[in-house]
Amino acid sequence: MLTGIIILVGLATGLSALLVIVARLLGGSNSSAADAIENLLPRIQCAQCGYPGCRPYAEAIASNSADINRCPPGGAETIRALAELLGRDPMPLDDSLGQASMQKSALIEESICIGCNRCAEVCPVDAIAGVPQRMHTIITSHCTGCELCLPPCPVDCISMVSRSA
Amino acid sequence: MTELGLIIIAAALVNNFVLVQFLGLCPLMGASRRLEGAVGMGLATGLVLTTASALSHLVENLILIPFGLGYLRLIAFILIIGAAVQLTELLLSRFSPLLHRVLGLYIPLIASNCAVLGVALLNSTASRSLLAAIFYGAGAALGFGLVLSLLAGLRERLELADIPAPFRGNAIALITAGILSLAFLGFTGFARL
Repeated sequence: MLTGIIILVGLATGLSALLVIVARLLGGSNSSAADAIENLLPRIQCAQCGYPGCRPYAEAIASNSADINRCPPGGAETIRALAELLGRDPMPLDDSLGQASMQKSALIEESICIGCNRCAEVCPVDAIAGVPQRMHTIITSHCTGCELCLPPCPVDCISMVSRSA
Repeated sequence: MTELGLIIIAAALVNNFVLVQFLGLCPLMGASRRLEGAVGMGLATGLVLTTASALSHLVENLILIPFGLGYLRLIAFILIIGAAVQLTELLLSRFSPLLHRVLGLYIPLIASNCAVLGVALLNSTASRSLLAAIFYGAGAALGFGLVLSLLAGLRERLELADIPAPFRGNAIALITAGILSLAFLGFTGFARL
């Protein structure tokens, strides 16, 4: 009876010690800095910065391996906030990432759309209106031009158009 | 060597945990809406299954049996599975934050996936060697991932299909799983454990 209790307690302690060690080894020490940076990003997970989402980009900034000008949807405002937080100089948005935000927006060719709803599921800002089995359309004022809805479309009915047109 | 190969095939196809032994049906329905999520779930469950079966075997044979505490194996296995799930979640959130977000709630649910406990208990009942136990766990994981991805692919197609109203949603998913299960019965007799 007593051996049983001791062994179970020992097992639990050993396993939790293992978990704590692994968590220490894996968890970056700058997670609170990354938290603060992530709070300033738009957090729409559009991945235009080249990182898979806002959190990885925030971590890259926190570890000094990425510039603060890689967020097109955030634009100049985000860059200014980040510069203030980190004590770096503000810089213009990196043009190579596309000035997508507010310059271009997605357009669904409504006669081709089959209503599969896949574009609406990936849209980070809910700018696509429509229900499954019916055609969809873009709410242009919400669209950030992130192009995330292009790859999932099975009939390629989405194109990017210039906003002024 | 042939025996280990047979164990993998037997656990993955012939005695497939989901479709033949009906273990782990909750994640089958819950995590098979999208193919990407299903593949990720299969990988995460596979990691848990393999580590948990190895650890359970070690703990049972090196600690529990020498002290005559075989009756504690159930609770010890649950402890080990919980730790293995937590380990997987740590690794996943570090190396694939997107997948971590996609799977979300289903990662802690791996702990209550009865296939994981089932593998550990079946290993202990059949008193397999450590290597055989690991291969059995890996085979079970392979079968689980295969079925999950198959069903997710089918469900993605079903979403576009014109299904009669009473069958839409979970009803057609369950029917699909049933038909898949019938297909897997075709493997019966390929390999024996």
